[in-house]
Amino acid sequence: MSTLTDPPKASFRLSMLVYDTRYRSLTIQVVALIAFMLAAAWLINNTLQNLAELGKPIDFGFFAEPASYDINQRLVEYTSRDTHLRAAFVGLLNTLLVAVLGCALATVVGVLVGVLRLSGNWLVARIMTVYVEMFRNVPVLLWIVFFMAVLIESLPSPRDFRGESPEASMLLFDSVAVTNRGIYIPEPLFSRSLGDLSLGVFDVSLDLVAILAVLGAGLWGTARISRRAGRIQEATGVRPVTWYLRLAVVVLPVLAVLIVLGFHLGLPELTGFNFQGGIYMRNSLIALWLALSFYTAAFIAEIVRAGILAISKGQTEAAAALGLRSGRIMSLVILPQALRVIIPPLISQYLNLTKNSSLAIAVGYMDITGTLGGITMNQTGRELECVLLLMGVYLCISLIISVMMNWYNTRVKLVER
Amino acid sequence: MKNTVFPGVLVVAGLAAGVAGATTLEDVQARGKLNCGINTGLVGFAAPDANGEWSGFDVAYCRALAAAVLGDPTAIEFVSLTGKTRFTALASGEIDALSRNTTWTYSRDVDLKFTFVGVNYYDGQGFIVPKALGVNSAKELDGATVCIQTGTTTELNLADFFRANNIGYEPVPIETNAEAQQQYLAGACDTYTTDASGLAATRATFEDPSAHTILPEIISKEPLGPLVRHGDDQWADIARWTLNALIAAEEFGVTSANVDEMASAPTDNPEVNRLLGTEGNLGEMIGLPADWAVKAIKAGGNYGEIFERTIGESTPVGLARGLNAQWAEGGLMYAPPFR
Amino acid sequence: MADLSYVRTEMVPEQAPPPSSVGVLGWLRENLFSGWFNVLLTLLSAAFITMILAAVLPWLFHSSWTAGSLNECRQQIAAAYGEHAEGACWAVIRERHLQLLFGFYPSELYWRPVLAFVVTFLALAPVLFPALPRKMLWGSVLVPFLVPWLLWGGTLWLPLTVLAGFGLGYVALRGVSGLAGGLGGVVAAAAVAVLWWLFLAGPVAQGAHALFPLGLEPVPSRQFGGFMLSITIGVVAITLSLPIGIVLALGRQSDLFILRTICVGFIEFVRGVPLITLLFVASVLLNYFLPPGTNFDIILRVIIMVTLFASAYMAEVIRGGLAALPKGQYEAADALGLDYWKAQRLIIMPQALKISIPGIVSTFIGVFKDTTLVSIIGLFDPIGLSNAIRADTNWNGIVWELYGFIALMFFVFCFSMSRYSMYLERKLQTERR
Repeated sequence: MSTLTDPPKASFRLSMLVYDTRYRSLTIQVVALIAFMLAAAWLINNTLQNLAELGKPIDFGFFAEPASYDINQRLVEYTSRDTHLRAAFVGLLNTLLVAVLGCALATVVGVLVGVLRLSGNWLVARIMTVYVEMFRNVPVLLWIVFFMAVLIESLPSPRDFRGESPEASMLLFDSVAVTNRGIYIPEPLFSRSLGDLSLGVFDVSLDLVAILAVLGAGLWGTARISRRAGRIQEATGVRPVTWYLRLAVVVLPVLAVLIVLGFHLGLPELTGFNFQGGIYMRNSLIALWLALSFYTAAFIAEIVRAGILAISKGQTEAAAALGLRSGRIMSLVILPQALRVIIPPLISQYLNLTKNSSLAIAVGYMDITGTLGGITMNQTGRELECVLLLMGVYLCISLIISVMMNWYNTRVKLVER
Repeated sequence: MKNTVFPGVLVVAGLAAGVAGATTLEDVQARGKLNCGINTGLVGFAAPDANGEWSGFDVAYCRALAAAVLGDPTAIEFVSLTGKTRFTALASGEIDALSRNTTWTYSRDVDLKFTFVGVNYYDGQGFIVPKALGVNSAKELDGATVCIQTGTTTELNLADFFRANNIGYEPVPIETNAEAQQQYLAGACDTYTTDASGLAATRATFEDPSAHTILPEIISKEPLGPLVRHGDDQWADIARWTLNALIAAEEFGVTSANVDEMASAPTDNPEVNRLLGTEGNLGEMIGLPADWAVKAIKAGGNYGEIFERTIGESTPVGLARGLNAQWAEGGLMYAPPFR
Repeated sequence: MADLSYVRTEMVPEQAPPPSSVGVLGWLRENLFSGWFNVLLTLLSAAFITMILAAVLPWLFHSSWTAGSLNECRQQIAAAYGEHAEGACWAVIRERHLQLLFGFYPSELYWRPVLAFVVTFLALAPVLFPALPRKMLWGSVLVPFLVPWLLWGGTLWLPLTVLAGFGLGYVALRGVSGLAGGLGGVVAAAAVAVLWWLFLAGPVAQGAHALFPLGLEPVPSRQFGGFMLSITIGVVAITLSLPIGIVLALGRQSDLFILRTICVGFIEFVRGVPLITLLFVASVLLNYFLPPGTNFDIILRVIIMVTLFASAYMAEVIRGGLAALPKGQYEAADALGLDYWKAQRLIIMPQALKISIPGIVSTFIGVFKDTTLVSIIGLFDPIGLSNAIRADTNWNGIVWELYGFIALMFFVFCFSMSRYSMYLERKLQTERR
């Protein structure tokens, strides 16, 4: 150990780079940076050399060529003559679709199970425990293929709906058909439709835009009414009853728009080999959606349970002592505190679910791994470009989710002294 | 404490790393094993039994090649590959030859830089439908749900076929044959499309094969064959002529049973003699011992024997020879002369 | 005045509680039937359980254990339980269970993976169960050399020469630090060890083997499969990821900007992409990244990528452990005059690692479950094998039995590990109080 009595000598010696704490950190960093760059250069050099040997220089030109394969599940227009780039885009939308649906269902199921696990009912609590352990301890890939197998094997096929005395029949006044190819539900149709607006990459239904605009305006109206009620309450101490007014402001204009547009439901109908009409949720989507949701829900249930248990009983009692009703205790005292514990791990579960959706290829759901990282990669032989792009896409999705998480975390952070 | 295994693994990896540079033949001989790429599991073509022994039509070619090059049909390392990984494995040198029911196409030959050494099975894409559906032609499949295996040329052919005939369909892409079959049987798709050989193999395993029919349309040409990398012509020659030797052996009536006898002394047929190494120096030209073809034929029999044993009419797969009969019997199997 | 006391002078004898609140009845009332909502819940749950059992139990027990193929199974079941009986064909499990466990590992050598598994567990035991004597840890140090040798076989001299590299490094450390100071010693030790491993260890091992052939029959990693493959990938990846994770976690916490950026970049990159894309890299790209002509087998490539994957998660777990340590510990270490590495080695890491064990175990469970993804790139993990088995003409069309068996095995492994981790968490909690 050196002593601090001697002032550091003015002259600079090379050994100070290593032994002097003022320079050491710089030295280490420079060495690390050089090592890192050397390693990167080595990898890139190898790659270029290997690619040159194979005669496959890096080239993204193939994205402009026709993909020449079909994708069954598509949220935007796509035919087999469209480009590989568009196929990748269709896949990306499918990834996002299953991720959003999955996160929603996983949250609902997870919260429900988490709460029921704390239930006083012994049987229910046990069933929920079994559920959580069962789903947490078996690989998600197995669950996905398992759900797919259940859907295929246990539901009736469309040909069972046919004939004089069919083995299966449609549900809910002939509006919903549950088959082992997927579920057909009624679709909203407009007899006086406004048509579509082409945005270059995809089309937007103007009907939907109109409804959303009116709905948005209605919501803005309710917010104004409720603000006004708040002002009256502050001035007079009495809050005017406004719920029917607010309801009317939201519902009536939307109803009016629907009637103007000629809204009706398009029911699925068995014609030819398949049901036609209605919204068709494919098997692969349902299996993937359910498997991912139930798997993730098991983790979310644990998070929710831990979050609720983390709030000490004193909080409830203190709130009760202040004279709050039980509903208010939950919404004003317990939930805000529990959410602070629950939300960060919850969002990382959303992240996991999104990443796990890449297992879609196991059931043939054409997400981005299935299009860009699957058929496109396979047909063009451009592994490097496809895999790097695929990773880039997932990285972007993950980063966006983590940015949201960080934003939330800083917002709800406890201000500590 | 536990980090110590890492250098160990690196050393093992270093030892395992093959040093290229020599020819593929020299590599294989130095290694003492042939690395042959096969399917992860396709009835009749490649499947492991309970002891992990691989067998099947594609596997038999690998064994013949190993026998020709190394003299031992078991000196072989089977590398099971998916549709996705097969070309990379071959391009990177992980395998020496790929025998995984791979269709010979222009872009695979030219753009992906592989050499197809011949055709060991002339196939075409077909459709199987339940008889109850009452469909007699693929053109009646408007609006049908079609199961396809991804990662193959079938999905491209399918898109082209339906587009050309201007009929709609609903593709259901599936990763493995076993799953496709499960979906088809459960009625989750109206029809299943893949190579006609695969359809026959699949139908053979149904509880009631007679309830299903294979439609007459064959919508594509699928010449399946083994392939090697571009750039090593000697190795490509060995692979090509091993296949030809098997086909020629059938033509000349050389079987695994009589090959020893025929090779022990020159026969009346000079071409058989040249094939079996009792005359001329064909083996030397290709860089192999004189009896290379004898060993290849002994490994699993000639082309006809392999066919009959793995996918022929006596097996559950039950494929007829059809296009794959010898040219003299109206098929396309035609080995160039051994001269 | 009369004695008008209304105060009871003797205690009333204790009465038995009403029968409805004790015993089975009381328990039922308390836990199942308190209030209409609970009654409803209980009835619904009971109906649900009955429904599931009614569907599954007959299938489970109307089974065939002896058939040789699926069709034979169907015939046997139809003969035994009637024409339309649905039953499980457990015969496929009977025939293939060894394959599902060991893949294509030669059957006469099954003792080796079993032994390796037992040895690994014994080595982990002193780490996992603090009640065991500390001295056993010395045995654990040898296990990382022993287990790969048992699994892959080959000459015994290879692990020995690798081990010798550490000895040489230590000698160099001692020798050189006397001459050129501590840092010179470390550099020399690292250089000697790396040079030894890179250039001499292989030839020396071969030479020694030529002189004294001691070894096991080599088994190429192609033949690994089934649960053995999953466990091998999982255990090797977790073991290797621990040191890498520690380094990454320290790097992420360090004050050095460039080091921190590299570590954060790596961790966030790996955590931001799905494992399957990393496996694609292993199966199709890794060969591009290495010098032309290098080529090693797919299982090692997969292990490398899974290790990188696990280290990023491990780094986060250990960072959590580091963050959970009170700041006083760091300050106390500084106050004692320990330098950075000594403080880490003696004060920080032992405590941080101990806190992180539950997290490490759950990372392991995650990685172990994720090994099933290798089936997508064509390796024969249990799911990959189930596809290969279904490609056999005899077993074409079988589904539930294979999935059920695989799920059960995974459940047993993962559930016991998660129970262990819970036990540990409880224990750590009580220790800290």
